[in-house]
Amino acid sequence: MRSDRSQSAPRGLKIAAAAGLAFLHLPILLIFVYAFTTEEKSYQWPPPGLTTQWFAATWARPDVWQALGLSVQVAAISTAIALVLGTLCAAAVSQTRFFGREAISLLVILPIALPGIITGIALRSAFSLAEIPFSFWTIVLGHATFCVVVVYNNAVARFRRTSGSLIEASMDLGADGFQTFRHVILPNIGTALLAGGMLAFALSFDEVIVTTFTAGQQQTLPIWMLEELVRPRQRPVTNVVAMVVVLATLLPILAAYYLTREGDQIAGAGK
Amino acid sequence: MSVQAVTGTSDVTAILPRRGGFAGSLSDLLWRRPGLLLFVMLAPPLLWLGVVYIGSLIALLAQSFFSIDEFSGLISRELTLKTYGDLFQPANLDIIIRTVTMAAMVTLASAVVAFPIAYYAARYARGKWKALFYLGVMLPLWSSYLVKVYAWKLILAKEGILTWLFAKLHLSWLLDSWLSLPVVGGNSLSVSFTGTFIVFVYVWLPFMILPIQAALERVPGNLVEASSDLGASPGQTFRNVLFPLALPGIVAGSIFTFSLTLGDYIIPQIIGTSRLFIGQAVYAQQGTAGNIPLAAAFTVVPIVIMGFYLWGAKRMGAFDAL
Amino acid sequence: MTPAVAFQKTSRHFGAVRAVDAVDLEIKPGEFFAMLGPSGSGKTTCLRLIAGFEQPTSGSISIFGERAEGVPPYRRNVNTVFQDYALFPHLNVLDNVAYGLMVKGVGKDERHRAAEDALRLVQLPGYGGRKPGQLSGGQRQRVALARALVNKPKVLLLDEPLGALDLKLRESMQEELKQLQKALGITFVFVTHDQGEALSMADRVAVFNDGRIMQVGAPEEIYQRPASRFVADFVGSSNVLPPDFVQRHAGQRRWGSLRPEQIRVGRDKSGDGVAARVLSRHYLGAATKLALDVEGLRLHATVPSGTAVPEDGEHVVLSFNRDQLHLMEEQA
Repeated sequence: MRSDRSQSAPRGLKIAAAAGLAFLHLPILLIFVYAFTTEEKSYQWPPPGLTTQWFAATWARPDVWQALGLSVQVAAISTAIALVLGTLCAAAVSQTRFFGREAISLLVILPIALPGIITGIALRSAFSLAEIPFSFWTIVLGHATFCVVVVYNNAVARFRRTSGSLIEASMDLGADGFQTFRHVILPNIGTALLAGGMLAFALSFDEVIVTTFTAGQQQTLPIWMLEELVRPRQRPVTNVVAMVVVLATLLPILAAYYLTREGDQIAGAGK
Repeated sequence: MSVQAVTGTSDVTAILPRRGGFAGSLSDLLWRRPGLLLFVMLAPPLLWLGVVYIGSLIALLAQSFFSIDEFSGLISRELTLKTYGDLFQPANLDIIIRTVTMAAMVTLASAVVAFPIAYYAARYARGKWKALFYLGVMLPLWSSYLVKVYAWKLILAKEGILTWLFAKLHLSWLLDSWLSLPVVGGNSLSVSFTGTFIVFVYVWLPFMILPIQAALERVPGNLVEASSDLGASPGQTFRNVLFPLALPGIVAGSIFTFSLTLGDYIIPQIIGTSRLFIGQAVYAQQGTAGNIPLAAAFTVVPIVIMGFYLWGAKRMGAFDAL
Repeated sequence: MTPAVAFQKTSRHFGAVRAVDAVDLEIKPGEFFAMLGPSGSGKTTCLRLIAGFEQPTSGSISIFGERAEGVPPYRRNVNTVFQDYALFPHLNVLDNVAYGLMVKGVGKDERHRAAEDALRLVQLPGYGGRKPGQLSGGQRQRVALARALVNKPKVLLLDEPLGALDLKLRESMQEELKQLQKALGITFVFVTHDQGEALSMADRVAVFNDGRIMQVGAPEEIYQRPASRFVADFVGSSNVLPPDFVQRHAGQRRWGSLRPEQIRVGRDKSGDGVAARVLSRHYLGAATKLALDVEGLRLHATVPSGTAVPEDGEHVVLSFNRDQLHLMEEQA
């Protein structure tokens, strides 16, 4: 008896929902078409012709490879740091009660709740006050700060679903703190951490606002793209890079979704 | 039989000896002193976020009470409200009003576009479709921000697909007359406020859909039916039942759309006019102008606005929908 | 003989809440001991003190003569069957049962053999390959039992182990647990809020209220001779009689208790005894329970099936043997 569910939606609603989803997806699909256009000077539509030559041209560009390499390294290290900090925070908040517990969640969310430009400029002026020169590590510091929250959100959601008596049961059966962590806690939060890590990686890989403030001369891939957007010089190469970036972020998001879909939601609002 | 295999306890003591090694005694220590364990767990994240990050924020805010010497260009470290006086000069006030107006309009438009999607996903989509809807929102949300902005640069360009579409539909006159309007118009869509507005709505839309959907998921379907049973028209049902129940979700989503628009400096820089938004002003003041105090004072504006916004949102129960 | 578990003036306070308040208790080796009480009475905290999940605020706890304060749960040879079973969802049944041996470093073949034996003991042979999620509630409970027993604990703690099972399963599990305890000779400490369960299974029962033990004794003793109004009221449905009533009918000014089945209901109004009026009747199968009004006091009596049951509103005469009216020490 699920009469309330079996009825179909009013036509107007269907159209509005479909139009909304199309609005969300068509622009991204358009990128794929532009990657093959023969036009190099303008954004002309429809493309005068189609070619795959820009893929080879992009492949041969050392600056793109360098930017990509830097982005991957920054994302990998920021994700690793965020995994440690986010998991520790989540464990402390969900496994114990202490004064100021709510303040911790607020603190973790703050770096993404505040506009990125504030985080960026705050870190930049702190670096200059402390006379820290810009480097790979200043970029990582900024990225790890806002990546903590995605790991934290995923881990907290999983801790909440995991029965608290599991840890007691493990200790009761003779496992000390370390054994309990290895044999019970880690296997139970593992997929949530993996999902959080992937999202953190995607977040860092894509970040531009904070990075413009914490990077010196180095270019991450988003910074490279930003330059091209502000002063377009090599439109075809940018088109190809944009398409590859879309495909590359698709995979971790899908993976994270499948890792966490039984029960908890991906911490999507954590971006 | 197997009872024998399991019994036979007598030779073991009730309390087992401590395990040797560092790990054994460390485990015992942390167990006996849960406060120490909590400290060990919280110290690294608190050092990072509480000291480094919050410290940076406070340092930044403190600088808004410094001022810049107009002749030498040097920053004077005396506490003063002079910089805040500069903030309220007409030119800067214009920037603030422009940004807040844009944020409000973007928020409104996002809510209107998001509602049908969220409502359909929450009430009608089942099983496979539900997952598809969810991914359909998650994928654009997590897709590269710059790529999304870039896509719109392609779409809105004078030679781009939108102009082409209007021409095909013999509606070029409509586009041209819109672009000739003051304020919202411009040379082409990609250098107009209209363009900026569309891209803002596009980029932040998923942040509005998810909380509304979460709020609507909690509305029992039979509530809507009860309303129609009682003779309410669809319009009345929406006004009196659905909208009030979805409101916390809308407010929660608006926190994102509003805050993100207030702080963004890349979208108006790439798609828009030469008139500045707060984010651009901050960027320009700290960069080329070298006026860190004014840049810091500008960042206080979104913080204060969002502070009031969050306070109001909390009173409306929006945080339950996050 | 060294007690299996001994509490001496043991307290556990959470802030202002005295969950366990200066409890003295001795549990004998090989005994099936029940801790009975309403929720919040401190019985579960006592269990957690024995397991080591809680530390006493003051007082001492010893297990087989060894002091246990400050000893973490993983160094106590005591195992627990949790209320929600707490089976590890990521391990299959066999690895769940073998967990305790695994963390003690027992080799894979040996611990799996022992786990198989333990599963046979709880009548679940061949279930080792399944995940806990694929088992019924009753089966999970047996796995939890096997997982605890395979470690050969000196004391087995059971926290409301039958609470989540339906009535029929609960009754058969009661019998099985009892037999298992007899066969293994392990000290069982069993927490429950169900007085029927406590009385039918335990060798001795401790009745808890407000963090204190109200009475410890064999089931018959608790049932027949409750020490206080609380025990009389909580354990079964004894009629609690106020002092002036007891003085009138038994000559002593004390609180008393009288079990419903010890009251005889006479329909002859002229007979000797206490006049009463029937308020309502509840048919229970083997007997009918009457609610009676006696001099403004509400009492219960049971009439065995097959005898004539008075009508609602009918005036009757109650009688009982004086020696069955149990006098209690007054506690406020």
